[in-house]
Amino acid sequence: MNNALILPIIIPLITGAILVAFRKNIQFHRWASAIALIATGLVSMFLMNQITLHGIQTLQLGGWEAPFGISLVADMFSSLLILTSSIVAFACVVYAFRSIGKDREKNYFYPLFLFLITGVNGSFLTGDLFNLFVCFEVMLISSYVLLSLGGTKIQLSESIKYILINVLSSSLFLVGIAYLYAITGTLNMAHLSVRIADSGQDGLTTTVSLLFIVVFGLKAALFLFYWLPGSYSAPPTAISAIFAALLTKVGIYALFRMFTLIFYHEPQITHLLLGIMGAGTMLLGAFGAVAFSDIKKILTYNVIVSVGLIIAGLASASFMGMTGSINYLIHDIVIKALLFLIGGTIISLTGTSRLDEVSGLIRTHPYLGWMFFVAVLSVSGIPPLSGFIGKVLITRGTFEASYFWLGGIGLITSLLVLYSVMKIFMNVFWGETNLSVEMEKGTTNGVMFPIVLLTALTVALGLGVEGIQPYVNLAAESLMNPRFYIEAVLGSNAAF
Amino acid sequence: MKRPNDLLLRAVSKVAVLIILTFSINLFYSGHHNPGGGFIGGLGVTAALILLFLTYDIETVTDNLPVDFKKVAAIGVLIAVGTGAGSFFFDAAFLSQTFGYFDIPVFGKTELATAVLFDLGVALAVIGSAVTIIQTISEDE
Repeated sequence: MNNALILPIIIPLITGAILVAFRKNIQFHRWASAIALIATGLVSMFLMNQITLHGIQTLQLGGWEAPFGISLVADMFSSLLILTSSIVAFACVVYAFRSIGKDREKNYFYPLFLFLITGVNGSFLTGDLFNLFVCFEVMLISSYVLLSLGGTKIQLSESIKYILINVLSSSLFLVGIAYLYAITGTLNMAHLSVRIADSGQDGLTTTVSLLFIVVFGLKAALFLFYWLPGSYSAPPTAISAIFAALLTKVGIYALFRMFTLIFYHEPQITHLLLGIMGAGTMLLGAFGAVAFSDIKKILTYNVIVSVGLIIAGLASASFMGMTGSINYLIHDIVIKALLFLIGGTIISLTGTSRLDEVSGLIRTHPYLGWMFFVAVLSVSGIPPLSGFIGKVLITRGTFEASYFWLGGIGLITSLLVLYSVMKIFMNVFWGETNLSVEMEKGTTNGVMFPIVLLTALTVALGLGVEGIQPYVNLAAESLMNPRFYIEAVLGSNAAF
Repeated sequence: MKRPNDLLLRAVSKVAVLIILTFSINLFYSGHHNPGGGFIGGLGVTAALILLFLTYDIETVTDNLPVDFKKVAAIGVLIAVGTGAGSFFFDAAFLSQTFGYFDIPVFGKTELATAVLFDLGVALAVIGSAVTIIQTISEDE
């Protein structure tokens, strides 16, 4: 029992509820949400420390033992993700201070943001499939409101699509849970794993697992991503940055959990399908990123490419691939937030997101330009920045599993990604300056701090890769050995 | 503007609201051992409020009941999570509950359970959010 496990969920929840009760005081809203996110990050560091010392941490809510009660489980994988997402959420909230606008702030922007984080952290921590569904819904409902908050025309039309596709996938999720419960008689993930390992993963179970691939494929934008480019480019920068950084990652997390802990017996069906979907995602995403000449569109298609790459590591089902995927997942949360924040800043400066209407920003905004350059190198995996190690390990993992085509596609799309973001850099920052400081629509005052923070983080993650590698290895180990997870939840004599 | 003839509706709802509210409270308390509880009790209270909204109009009801229901929902969530977090001080798992029997004047030997506090939070959260939803979709704008 470790009560610290509940803190990443209830700190944002309680803070959000308090903020709803004090609607008027915007300054209080700002500082309280920033502090809540810092506190969440500190708790996750504490959890990481506990996990290194004592193994996977669990909490049985209300003292009801698993598999009857609800379990919360923190292994290194989920704690690393909570830490990263807290840092990124902090950066986005600080970015929102100056950019989101009074109207949205008065209409519960900060509480909604915190409820979104509640759902994200809950999904990372829960050890119960139905609870995963609930936490997904907490996250999605907050994201519906955040997406439509402000009520501009494009936001409303995109929210309708976004809500429809998510309601559809959530109902499929529920159907999948019902099937699984009918087959196994339990929804505790560790217990599910034991039951399925005992009775063997037969055809029916595998079919249900395919249903889960569809569900989480929709949520994670794995191949079924056609809703994503529109809805992620509609809301204001701070919101689209947190969406791009976190929402698809929660779907990816769920895929990892399901297909390393529960459905790992038939990799020649499920993991191969995941690999094919990953390859398709990378290719189509890269084509989209290359084809468009609109900053927002290019960046949203880049979100899709990285989903495919991370899933390629999962599909390889090897230790190397897992390590790479975890590295890349952490890198991607940071870098996507960074790219969206810089992209949003460029758009607010110039008032347009079309590449051919902007040029020569490097003269008026050198720091922004060079930080974007760093981000560009990092997202395409140039050493020594943070994207490099993940990409190398994922490629090696896929080669080890003899999915040469998958690793090959990963490398080719990396080049296309580099081209697509370099295109933004060259068009926007090079060339003749066609926009003087007086003509700018927005300002970079007060929004530079989060960008600097995330740029520093991507450099630090690249240079200090040795420092985080022990944690990543621990996370990959527990993903590769479901036994650790099961023993932590059900006790060492898990023989029922 | 001509007022609609809703004498019957008004006469019935004055009594009905009282009955619904009493029944909701009964549901709320019976929830500890029998079917019922905070969620359904809260919905009962909401039903009574909606009947009032229909019989009179929203302005009249809000004048007599000047409560911001969004805050009610937030306070409900705080109470519910707060009782869960109370377990931090007793070194028990989050959401642990306890109960005891006490001799209270008038009531005699009574069972007091911490789960009731949690249920109270749930009830407030349900009332707050349900009424907020009704108020929002009934707005003209």
